[in-house]
Amino acid sequence: MINKRRSTAVLIGLLAATVLTGPGPAVADEETPAEPPKVELVLDVSGSMRARDIDGRSRISVAQQAFAEVVDALPEETQLGIRVLGATYRGKDKKQGCQDTQQIVPVGPVDRTRAKAAVATLRPTGFTPVGLALRAAAQDLGTGATVRRIVLITDGEDTCAPPDPCEVARELAAQGTKLVVDTLGLAPDDKVRRQLLCIAGATGGTYTAAQSADELTGRIKQLVDRAQETYTAAPTVVDGTTQCANAPLLAPGVYSDREAFSQHRWYRVPVRPGQELRASASVALDRPVNLDHGVLLRATATDGRELVRGSDAGSGRTDVVSAGLRWSATEDGTAPSPGATDAPVPATTVCLVVSNSFAPRPGTRATPGMPVELTVDVVASSPAPAAPDLGRGWVLLALLTLAGLLTGLLVGLLTRWWVATWRQH
Amino acid sequence: MRTPTIRTGAALAAAGLTLLAAPAPASAEAPTPSPGATPVTRAGTSFLTATGIAAGQPVRVNASTGDFLYWSFPASAGQRHEVTATVSFPKPHTGASTWTVEVFDGLRRRQACTAGAQAPTVDASARAVTLGCTLRQVRSWAEPWSADPLPGTYYVRLSVVDLPEPDLGLPVDVELLVTADGDGSRDDGELKAPLVPNPKAGAVLTDEPAAAKADEEDDAGFADRLPALGSRWVWSTVGGVLAAVAGVVGFALTRRPRRP
Repeated sequence: MINKRRSTAVLIGLLAATVLTGPGPAVADEETPAEPPKVELVLDVSGSMRARDIDGRSRISVAQQAFAEVVDALPEETQLGIRVLGATYRGKDKKQGCQDTQQIVPVGPVDRTRAKAAVATLRPTGFTPVGLALRAAAQDLGTGATVRRIVLITDGEDTCAPPDPCEVARELAAQGTKLVVDTLGLAPDDKVRRQLLCIAGATGGTYTAAQSADELTGRIKQLVDRAQETYTAAPTVVDGTTQCANAPLLAPGVYSDREAFSQHRWYRVPVRPGQELRASASVALDRPVNLDHGVLLRATATDGRELVRGSDAGSGRTDVVSAGLRWSATEDGTAPSPGATDAPVPATTVCLVVSNSFAPRPGTRATPGMPVELTVDVVASSPAPAAPDLGRGWVLLALLTLAGLLTGLLVGLLTRWWVATWRQH
Repeated sequence: MRTPTIRTGAALAAAGLTLLAAPAPASAEAPTPSPGATPVTRAGTSFLTATGIAAGQPVRVNASTGDFLYWSFPASAGQRHEVTATVSFPKPHTGASTWTVEVFDGLRRRQACTAGAQAPTVDASARAVTLGCTLRQVRSWAEPWSADPLPGTYYVRLSVVDLPEPDLGLPVDVELLVTADGDGSRDDGELKAPLVPNPKAGAVLTDEPAAAKADEEDDAGFADRLPALGSRWVWSTVGGVLAAVAGVVGFALTRRPRRP
C-alpha cells in the first residue's frame, strides 16, 4: 500500500504526467419507481387474542399499542393499509365466521388519527380466516410495477381451511404482481409456527416469533421501514420456453419466471460484436425440498454449442441458489478488421437456459414452479490485455540503477587503466 | 580521496535497496471500523434489495433467527476484503445451530473464502457466534470464462443453515463489518464495465434488433494514447533513465579529482 503510494508520488514527480488510471466502479443509474411503497398490515382479532400471556397483558392490547406506534412512526411516502380478520362475527356458525375480514384502513396516504382510532376499537371476537384475509389483502394492494408487502400478525392457526393459507400464499406469489408476506406469530405454538413459516417461505418473506410488546413493535416498524428502504421495481415477468428457437428475446434488466422440478427454461439475448453478455439466475426454494440442491445456467449458441456455464450447488436451508456467467462475443469469432467496421454487423443471438437439480420431498406440490430471478446485462467487452515484454516495480528500478552504476564504474576503471597504459608507451 | 566517494556511493545504493525491499506493514490486528463511519441499521432480504454498505462501515441490526440478511459493498481492483460478523442470541436456543456468511459477486457467483470461520456451529448454551470470511484479492481483469474476483458489487448473505425448528423466529442481534485492505492492482488488463448489476426491470423484445454498425471505439485523443501512469512502459522508461544516470555517476566516481 505504502509502496504503491510512494511509487505513484515518485512517478508523478519524474514525469509530471497527468494521465488518470482506470475509472472506479460505476454506480448503476437509479430509477425511482413511479409508485409509492405499499404495505398492508393484516391483524388477527380472533377470540384467542384475549389471552393475557405477553408481559401480563392481552395479546390484542399489545398489538394495538404496536400498531399505534407504527402508525406514528410511519415514513411520509409509505402507503399503509390495515385489514383485520375475525373482528365482527360473534356467532358459532363456521361458514359465516370464516368470511369475517374487513379492511379498516384503506391502502393510501395514512390519516394517523383515524387509523389509530380504528385500531383502538378492535375487540377479540371470532374465527381465524387467514387464507381469505391474505387473498383480500393482495386485492387491496392492487397490481402494479413495484413490490408489495403484507405483514401478517396472528396468534393462532387458520381455523377456516380450506383454503389453506400456505397454498393461498403460494398462489398469490405466482400471480403477476410481486408480493412478499412477512409473518409475526404472537406467542406461537408449533402448529402456528409451521404455518407462518410456510407462508413466509412461499413468498420470500420472513417469520418472527414475538414474545414481548417491544419485540412486536420493533419488528413491525422494521418491516414497514424495509418496505420503503428496499423498495424496488418488480422484475418483469417472462415466460421461458422449452427450446431456444422460440424463446423470448430479452433486453438488459431483471426478469422473473417460474421453473418446476427438472424443467429447463430457455431465453435469448442479442449480443453485438465488442459486447459482453452477463447473466445470472437465482432459483428460490419456496417449498420443502430434499437436502441437496443445485442450479445450472448455461449460454449456448443457436446451434446448441455450449459457450459458457455457471453453476452452484448447496446443501441445507437456504433461500435462493444462484449462478452467473460472462461471455464475450469478440473472443468467439474473428476480430472485425478496421476497414470493415462501417458495414452493418448483425447481433449474435445467445441462448440462455436455466435448470435446477432440486428434488421434491414426498408430498411437495410441483406446481406452480419455483420462482426464478434472471438478470441480463450487455456491456462493452474487455479484451485480453496485450502486455509488452517490459517490467514494473521498485525492484526493477533498483536493479537497473545498480546495473547502470556498476557498468559506469567498470567502464570508468577500464578507461583509466587504458589511458594510464597508453601514456606509458 | 576516491575510495571514500565510492564507498559513499555504494552505501547509498545499498541503503536504497534495503529501503525499497522493505515489506509493507503487515495488517494482522483485528479489523476495526473506520473512525467516524455511520453505522448501518438495516439489511436487505434478497439480492435485489441488499442494503449497500461501504468498507469500514459497521452494521448493527436486529433480526429474527432464520432471516436471510443481504448487504452489498463495492470493490475495486487490488483490494482484499474481510467480512467479520457476530450474531448474539438474547434468548436461549433449544439446540445447536450452524450459521454461515456467504459472499457473491455482482453476477451472484459464489466467492471462495481464503480464511475465516465461514460456517461455525455453536451449541445450545452459546450466547453468540462469530463468523468470518477473507476474500481473494480482486483482479483488474479476468477471462470471461474464469471465476476470478473482479471489480464491482459484492453481496454478503448471513443466514442460519441448520437449527432445531422451534428456534426459528427468535430475536438475534447481528453485527457485521467489511474491511478492505490493499489498493491498486499490478495485473495487466482492465475490466471495461465493473460487475455492477443492472437493477431495472427488463423488457422483452418483440423482434431481433436490426443489424447496426459495430460499436466503434471513439477516436482516442492524444492523452488516451499515452501509456497510463504506472504501466510497464512508464516503469521501464524510468528504469532506463535511472540506469543511464547511475552509469554516468559511476563513471564520474572513477575519475581522478582535478587538482585546484
